[in-house]
Amino acid sequence: MSEASLSPGFAHPVRDAQAAFRALLEAAARPGTIASLRVPAEPPPCLPPAMAAVALTLVDADTPLWIDAAAHEAAVWLRFHCGCRIVADAREAGFVFAADASALPDMATLDAGRDEYPDRGATIVLAVAGFGSGAALRLTGPGIDGERVVSVEGLAAGFVAARAANHRLFPRGVDAILVSGAHAMFLPRSTSIEEA
Amino acid sequence: MTPATTPDAAYNEGYLDEQTKRMIRRALLKAVAIPGYQVPFASREMPLAYGWGTGGMQVTAAVLGQGDVLKVIDQGADDTTNAVSIRRFFTRVSGVRTTERTAEATVIQTRHRIPEEPLRAHQIIVYQVPQPEPLRKLEPRETESRRMHALADYGLMHVKLYEDIARHGRITLSYDYPVLVGGRYIMAPSPIPSFDNPKMDNSPALQLFGAGREKRIYAIPPHTSVRSLDFEDHPFHPWRATSCCDLCGAEDSYLDEVVIDDRGGRMFVCSDTDWCGQRRDAGHRGRLAGHALARKETA
Repeated sequence: MSEASLSPGFAHPVRDAQAAFRALLEAAARPGTIASLRVPAEPPPCLPPAMAAVALTLVDADTPLWIDAAAHEAAVWLRFHCGCRIVADAREAGFVFAADASALPDMATLDAGRDEYPDRGATIVLAVAGFGSGAALRLTGPGIDGERVVSVEGLAAGFVAARAANHRLFPRGVDAILVSGAHAMFLPRSTSIEEA
Repeated sequence: MTPATTPDAAYNEGYLDEQTKRMIRRALLKAVAIPGYQVPFASREMPLAYGWGTGGMQVTAAVLGQGDVLKVIDQGADDTTNAVSIRRFFTRVSGVRTTERTAEATVIQTRHRIPEEPLRAHQIIVYQVPQPEPLRKLEPRETESRRMHALADYGLMHVKLYEDIARHGRITLSYDYPVLVGGRYIMAPSPIPSFDNPKMDNSPALQLFGAGREKRIYAIPPHTSVRSLDFEDHPFHPWRATSCCDLCGAEDSYLDEVVIDDRGGRMFVCSDTDWCGQRRDAGHRGRLAGHALARKETA
């Protein structure tokens, strides 16, 4: 364990976690809007700062975490700050972190909850190259007045199709948070996504 | 607006410990992702009894931050015991600014009303909920009511409303009137008057619901359809006393009836005290304006 792998978490754990959560809550309530998260000063280099902020805000001993190979360098940091169990099988995970968008496990295999308890579905946190350019997506659903067209750079090729299949399971399903730098876009399971 | 203060150092900021906040925050995000679905959560004991708004307080404690301005109402009033003590509690443990003005607030915790002034985007309204399960009086078993939600099997609720019409000629619910959220889940709007139901539909604000004793959190995102259940030949009618406010003269606000003597005298006043006060400040006068009972107390 190197010292670098244990850089600090939030500068002000209580207030920064609240600020990051509020930004995520607003983002979840308005799918497709871009939230600017309070992030730790020196997150592990392999994690986008917003992904590190999501971990510090929402992940703990109650939420098994799966991370992809690209995020593996951050395992010690995540265990130390979140106290979470890191699982090898993504199907067991409450949070699924993919620092490399193409390494996201098949969405159909992730926990989508049960009909009686759809809230138990997993949350995906997916690193993308950026917002405002790249593939255009048309979003409709709760939280959106009419429709919202967004563009996301660096989504894996099959994401929209896999997400559409997942959306058909509603109210079961997985929720996705796309992150880039200190920014995040929430795509809850209720949002319908088409290529625009 | 009261100024921000330094939170009491004897408590973690916002009263709840950080792990509890994370648990509630995760539940809130799932609740927003599944509009109208009741997310179970590990409700904590709060320093007041269940039934006094512990669910709403836990939700408020999990969302509230330094930049917020908090308003708390109880049946529309800012100055009743429950509202005052909850506001004082958050002043002490969070140090947030508080207000009685709907327009100034970023977070509004409410018991049984939605303010008359339309809510805006980026405002959050937190409802205190005594019974989150709209089917509970029809189906006492949690396993069964949960399955009914899972299958969207809501025939029983429609039978109940139909029987109301068959017996009384109309749907007799005047508060906690069930709604269908996002076309999927039937939801209890908490005991707000049916008068307030239309305000939930397609609201620009985020609506969060906390039931402390029943350990459930649910939500309605902005711009989500919220339809009060009804029938084509018996459309939904929000109920309101056929009178106007005796203080400010408002003809379109929700009214409380107040007995004022022992000879059958009564008056109607706006339940929303902020709304009524602002109207009176603007010069509106009702039937009893100027009456001893209507005079504003001066310090």
